[in-house]
Amino acid sequence: MKASQKILSLVAGMFALGGTALHAEPVHPDEVVYEDWLVTESLSGEPGDAERGYEVYTSRSQGNCIACHSITALLEDVQWHGTVGPSLDGVGARWEEADLRGIVANAKNLYPDTIMPAFYKSSGFIRPGQRFTMQPAEEPLEPILSAQQIEDVVAYLLTLTEYPE
Amino acid sequence: MRGFAKGAGIVLAGVMALGLGAPLAAQPIEDTLIVNEELEMTTRIPAPEYMAEIFDEVISGWHFRTGETRDMQRDDFDNPGMLFAEQGRDAWNTVEGDAGHSCASCHEGPESLAGYWTQNPRIGGDSNGELWAAEQYINNCRETRMEAEPWGWDSNQMKNMTALIASQSRGMPMNITTDGEYAEHWELGKEIYYTRYGQMQLACANCHEENNGQMIRADHLSQGHINGFPTYRLRTAGLVSRHNRFRGCIRDTRGVPYGIGSPEFVALELYLASRGNGLSVEGPAVRN
Ligand code: HEC
Ligand code: HEC
Ligand code: HEC
Repeated sequence: MKASQKILSLVAGMFALGGTALHAEPVHPDEVVYEDWLVTESLSGEPGDAERGYEVYTSRSQGNCIACHSITALLEDVQWHGTVGPSLDGVGARWEEADLRGIVANAKNLYPDTIMPAFYKSSGFIRPGQRFTMQPAEEPLEPILSAQQIEDVVAYLLTLTEYPE
Repeated sequence: MRGFAKGAGIVLAGVMALGLGAPLAAQPIEDTLIVNEELEMTTRIPAPEYMAEIFDEVISGWHFRTGETRDMQRDDFDNPGMLFAEQGRDAWNTVEGDAGHSCASCHEGPESLAGYWTQNPRIGGDSNGELWAAEQYINNCRETRMEAEPWGWDSNQMKNMTALIASQSRGMPMNITTDGEYAEHWELGKEIYYTRYGQMQLACANCHEENNGQMIRADHLSQGHINGFPTYRLRTAGLVSRHNRFRGCIRDTRGVPYGIGSPEFVALELYLASRGNGLSVEGPAVRN
């Protein structure tokens, strides 16, 4: 093989790699690799979108994080913040991306007895139902949030870098 | 470095949760419940010995509701639950079934059952050693003594009747037996109480024991007592049975509840009622 061909095939290889990374299959909830509680790689293979993450955070039908947490900057826009969990003001300054991804995916690795649900978990439940229908569900279940929704809400949390006065 | 930053993160998170940034957790409201200006209710008591590790005080759900909701329970004219109890009184006096009896034929007035509710559920004369809830005693009388059709556990007729019977014990302290022949049921109820059900992996204890007094979105979490059942719920504008409430709380964990009327829910009822021993019977109470 000539040197120029070598370079060409190398470049092609890089494209192929880039291609798989961009359109990667999401990591299955049962196969997420936690290092302690950290998850270093994007679960969807794609970056998160903070705007969509705001929806995940506030929407009752998605993460409904607001049921337990409060964020000062949202107090005016959205009524009724929960007090069961800590305020998430400054959460993007005190944790790194891999921490936040791991905490949202399965907070029980860091806080074993926590009330916070594991949002990216699909098996190991007692009497699981199909969402709120009370009908029994077969494991593995769809996780509460999709891989991309986890990435989105993590991106949103990373924007919360300030502690209000 | 990482480790240090994380430690600091956890400490800070704790500080912030207490700080001004977070809405203040609403504590149970100081107030006194006197019904119809004469019946003083016991709505908070020091925890009995077997509950002392869990709560300092046992507090009725009434203290966790808003002023408007609390006020509705002060007077029977403002308590819509009492309208349903009155419908229960009509049924009490109505002859039904092949034996030609009404409840009144044998029990006379409903006040003859005063005190009964303080020990609901119980193992009694009719139940042949089983633990029965009020609904089971009532249906037993209907089927075997009146030769009438049983009522659905969660039917309006049944809830009207349990509201009538509960109201005969209003103001009396809940007095559930937990030992002896009750022990195995009580243990089963306790196990259910601490089991994390559903995809959200939540136990009753996570919300009502560890987080009562906190807000979960717009809901002010109470200790989850059942001395006020059947309750009149503003949200549904009707009476709600104990088992219906249990079912709703397990459904909300994305779980599969036990059946209404199942032995598991009767055992849970026994255990929960015992956690509130000493609180006044409030049924029918008003809740949102
Ligand atoms: C049922 C209540 C509940 C819900 C719902 C919930 N959390 Fe939590 N969360 C908690 C609690 C409680 C903690 C504190 C950990 C502990 O001690 O249990 C926590 C901790 C956290 C932390 C770490 C906070 C810090 O400052 O160190 C993050 C980040 C977080 N939650 C994000 C989320 C996100 C994002 C969602 C929604 C997808 C969510 N939580 C939903 C209860 C909840
Ligand atoms: C034919 C007579 C008769 C009729 C009619 C009747 N009961 Fe009874 N009921 C009894 C007897 C007898 C008992 C058992 C009392 C005991 O064990 O001490 C009983 C027990 C009960 C109990 C359990 C009380 C306890 O202390 O354990 C309840 C509650 C009850 N009845 C409600 C009703 C209701 C409501 C109706 C009408 C729908 C009704 N009964 C109709 C005779 C009757
Ligand atoms: C995710 C949190 C959560 C969990 C878990 C939960 N509940 Fe509830 N429950 C609530 C909320 C919110 C209310 C309404 C406000 C209140 O009274 O606490 C409520 C109300 C109740 C009430 C009515 C209290 C009253 O004064 O009328 C009872 C009883 C109850 N729950 C029992 C249970 C039982 C039993 C379980 C476990 C099988 C359970 N709950 C699990 C959130 C929860």
